[in-house]
Amino acid sequence: MTYIAKPKLHHPSLPKNERGYTRRDYEGAVSTLCAGCGHDSISAAIVQACFNANIEPHRVAKLSGIGCSSKAPTYFLGGSHGFNTVHGRMPSVLTGANLANRELMYLGISGDGDSASIGIGQFVHSIRRGVNMVYIVMNNGVYGLTKGQFSATADKGSQSKKGITNADSPVDLVMLALQLGATFVARSFSGDKEQLVPIIEAAFQHKGSAFIDVVSPCVAFNNHTGSTKSYDFVREHNDAVNRIDIVPHAEAETVQYEAGALQDVLQSDGSVLRLRKRHLDYDVHDPIKVMTYLHKHQALGELVTGLLYVHPAPEDLHAHLNTCDKPLNQLGERELVPGQGALAKINASLR
Amino acid sequence: MTTTLNRCNDFVIKFANVNGSGSASANELFARSILRMGVPVSPRNIFPSNIQGMPTWYEVRVSEAGYLGRRGGCDMMVAMNPQTWTEDLKEIVSGGYLFYDSTRVIHADQLRDDIHIIGVPLTQLCNETWSDPRQRQLFKNIMYVGVLSALLDIDTAEIEQLLAEQYKGKEKLLPPNKQALHLGRDYALQQMDCSKIGLKVKRADKVGDRIFIEGNSAAALGCIYGGATVCAWYPITPSTSVVDAFQKYCNKFRTDPDTGKKHYAIIQAEDEIASIGMVIGAGWNGARAFTATSGPGISLMTEFIGLAYFAEIPATIINVQRGGPSTGMPTRTQQADLYSCAYASNGDTKHVLLFPEDPKECFDFAAAALDLADQLQTPVFLMTDLDIGMNTRLCAPLHWDDTRQMQRGKIMTAAELEAGKNFGRYLDVDGDGVPYRTYPGTHPSKGAFFTRGTTKDRYARYSENGEVYVDNMERLLRKFDTAKKLVPQPIETLCCESAGASGTSIGVIYFGSTSPAMQEAFDQLQAQQVFVDLLRLRAFPFPDSVFDFVARHSKVFVVEQNRDGQLRNMLVNEGNLNPAKLLPVLHYDGTPITARFIVDSIRKQLQLAPALPSHELPITQVVAGKGVKS
Ligand SMILES: Cc1ncc(C[n+]2csc(CCOP(=O)(O)OP(=O)(O)O)c2C)c(N)n1
Ligand code: SF4
Repeated sequence: MTYIAKPKLHHPSLPKNERGYTRRDYEGAVSTLCAGCGHDSISAAIVQACFNANIEPHRVAKLSGIGCSSKAPTYFLGGSHGFNTVHGRMPSVLTGANLANRELMYLGISGDGDSASIGIGQFVHSIRRGVNMVYIVMNNGVYGLTKGQFSATADKGSQSKKGITNADSPVDLVMLALQLGATFVARSFSGDKEQLVPIIEAAFQHKGSAFIDVVSPCVAFNNHTGSTKSYDFVREHNDAVNRIDIVPHAEAETVQYEAGALQDVLQSDGSVLRLRKRHLDYDVHDPIKVMTYLHKHQALGELVTGLLYVHPAPEDLHAHLNTCDKPLNQLGERELVPGQGALAKINASLR
Repeated sequence: MTTTLNRCNDFVIKFANVNGSGSASANELFARSILRMGVPVSPRNIFPSNIQGMPTWYEVRVSEAGYLGRRGGCDMMVAMNPQTWTEDLKEIVSGGYLFYDSTRVIHADQLRDDIHIIGVPLTQLCNETWSDPRQRQLFKNIMYVGVLSALLDIDTAEIEQLLAEQYKGKEKLLPPNKQALHLGRDYALQQMDCSKIGLKVKRADKVGDRIFIEGNSAAALGCIYGGATVCAWYPITPSTSVVDAFQKYCNKFRTDPDTGKKHYAIIQAEDEIASIGMVIGAGWNGARAFTATSGPGISLMTEFIGLAYFAEIPATIINVQRGGPSTGMPTRTQQADLYSCAYASNGDTKHVLLFPEDPKECFDFAAAALDLADQLQTPVFLMTDLDIGMNTRLCAPLHWDDTRQMQRGKIMTAAELEAGKNFGRYLDVDGDGVPYRTYPGTHPSKGAFFTRGTTKDRYARYSENGEVYVDNMERLLRKFDTAKKLVPQPIETLCCESAGASGTSIGVIYFGSTSPAMQEAFDQLQAQQVFVDLLRLRAFPFPDSVFDFVARHSKVFVVEQNRDGQLRNMLVNEGNLNPAKLLPVLHYDGTPITARFIVDSIRKQLQLAPALPSHELPITQVVAGKGVKS
């Protein structure tokens, strides 16, 4: 396998966003994943969301673990630094990177094997620490890269391509994230770009730990009948509780809406997430009700998607640690080194 | 008949206590008071891996000659732990002293008749003076310090001064402590003839400006001065106090007094895998980061260490070694993680290791490790051990050159990228194997690259091409070669320089915490007409001078504190040496190596008669090691 760069030919009429970037500026190398792999659709959604959100590509640091999903960062945001770490351990590397420079945006990409099996500990702890990041799991219920073993998110009773029935209970990363205090939790489907793109955009705006579980069918190993992560199954069982529109700060007050079906969530940066509710009783601010709702629908065999929970005024790890505003990687001798004078005093106290 | 020792400023005294009895501060008070009298001391905590109720010992070597290694044997045992009575009694040298709490009657058959017995009814005296049980317990400890001050001639003014410093701000506690001190002292002065005791402390001027500090605190200070801003760790003995001290100094030096904002981040990670992951993430993103751990932590970190090596990311790892393998002896010392650190990871890897000999070098090398990690863009290990890390050691004062700047290594800036400089993440522009890197977020359109553990070409593009892989691996070797010049160089001590002898064909290589015992062994060997040259290794990769040294000697002893002769084997491998030339001196029972052990082992391998026990050598014959050549 070799690296194939996409030709950077810009069509002069390609639309530009407010920062002057075209959609192409958010792309990466040509994907080497299987044609039809859900992960490629998620990459495309990330490209679209970053374009829409006027993100400067080089201000994003994209990190991943190991797996087909974790390869995806190569295929978007070619202008950002990327880091393909080790299997299941992306969250710790992302946490360290975030500590070093709080000014960049951190995008963590992982698979369900990566995050729910080998890396479940790191997933759990990065979320409970409130690292300011967008953490996306491309969830296909199998290990794609190692050719089709069940992952820990595979539903009990679902079948592998080889016809084996999974007897283990699944790990639900959304439930876990809610329980651990993630301040933004969403689930979506790689085949529903309309829902997914604004969720990613909103997650980038969110100044806390944002988790998005995206069901992403593996066409090679998990797209058959008997799978609960196939395109057909997800399309048939998707229960979308809402869809979001992102309303920028300036427009927020002028837009009128029909009460009941719409709910505005004011973000700490002044922008508004406008939820077009499908279920009028669904409350994105109450994690306990959300969990009950999810449990109920899970029992019915339904996959609840949408923005499931959001805290409008999140705190992040830097707030907890009370670190200075200037990125730690930019501090110099003056801020860091107490000097020989202080050392002489320490010496004197040690005699 | 019991012989009587006559040892002034040269003896070993050991305190046998029960963990949790509050004896630690009394014992340290004792050691420091001797230090304040200008006599070098080296105390060592010997403790089991249990928290409460188990035996602990505190062994203090008093040595005017300045020997800070463990001597072996003890001249006086302060036996405060009935549980270890029999064992403790056995350790006293013939003619030595047993000091015990005579409140409890001890039968003659529980004693030895070749030693002197000093009984003081400590518990009884305490119970008569204090009613609170905790006070009774704590002041019993201070009381025995009082008794010892009378027996050994320690200046009480020094002890009182130390107490005053200790209770600064808590002055209420001072009078009862003084009372306990004098209660013990007066009892001894009135009830016994203290002048008959053959162990004495006499004021001397042998401490100079040296400081008394634990290696772990010094390493933490090194990280402060070296500019580390991110520390991620997971608790493990004996490294935990590195981070405790780092936190303490950060509170003091790294918190903005106006805003309370912190110029650092410390994360107690969920395990060692996460802690090294965070260090790597921070290093990738341009912050100086370190972790502190011990052997089992290193085992968990190895996959990540391989990633950092191959993806070329700075990371500083402080390994305070303990007895292994696995949980091994968690509270005992060893130098047994050389292999697991030098070659950590799957695949071909080699890592930079630094070997400090004492707290002073823990400080210097911790700061150096942060520089080296950035300069070489690779993991760097500070290989200390429990003996240096958790014992207060006398060492040269710490020094910082205020003009010193952090060596951030080869970083391509936005301006350089803008000016059109060619950037290839893994290009060997300067021929030293060290490529340029960019920090994430540097430039809107130039200099971004993808970091990965998989193989890649010079422009950081994924490639499984065999030639490309080999090219990269060879560059990494070139980089390791560059490291040879940047790491602390070995120090030689040649026998002919200090003894006027005409050169020798016997060499000794040693490193790290073996240092004080080795210096003493060197002097003893010389006094016994056995001449050796010393080379103290301070880093891996081994600089060429190490192999020169081996070439210049017909036999080279390699002294280390592990079973398998790890350093010896690394020397054989890395230098392609004839193994027969390198003779192992291996000490690995978990206690720090002694001069006596080294001398005996060398004499035995040279087929000489066994040596005299070190403490039976007349001190006047011993010449302190000089002639250090760097
Ligand atoms: C320590 C370690 N163990 C095992 C592997 C092998 N491995 C590579 S990818 C993978 C599973 C990936 O599954 P998932 O995260 O679900 O990603 P997908 O390929 O399905 O997108 C495994 C087990 C590895 N790279 N490292
Ligand atoms: S194996 Fe599955 S997950 Fe991997 S690229 Fe192919 S379809 Fe996608």
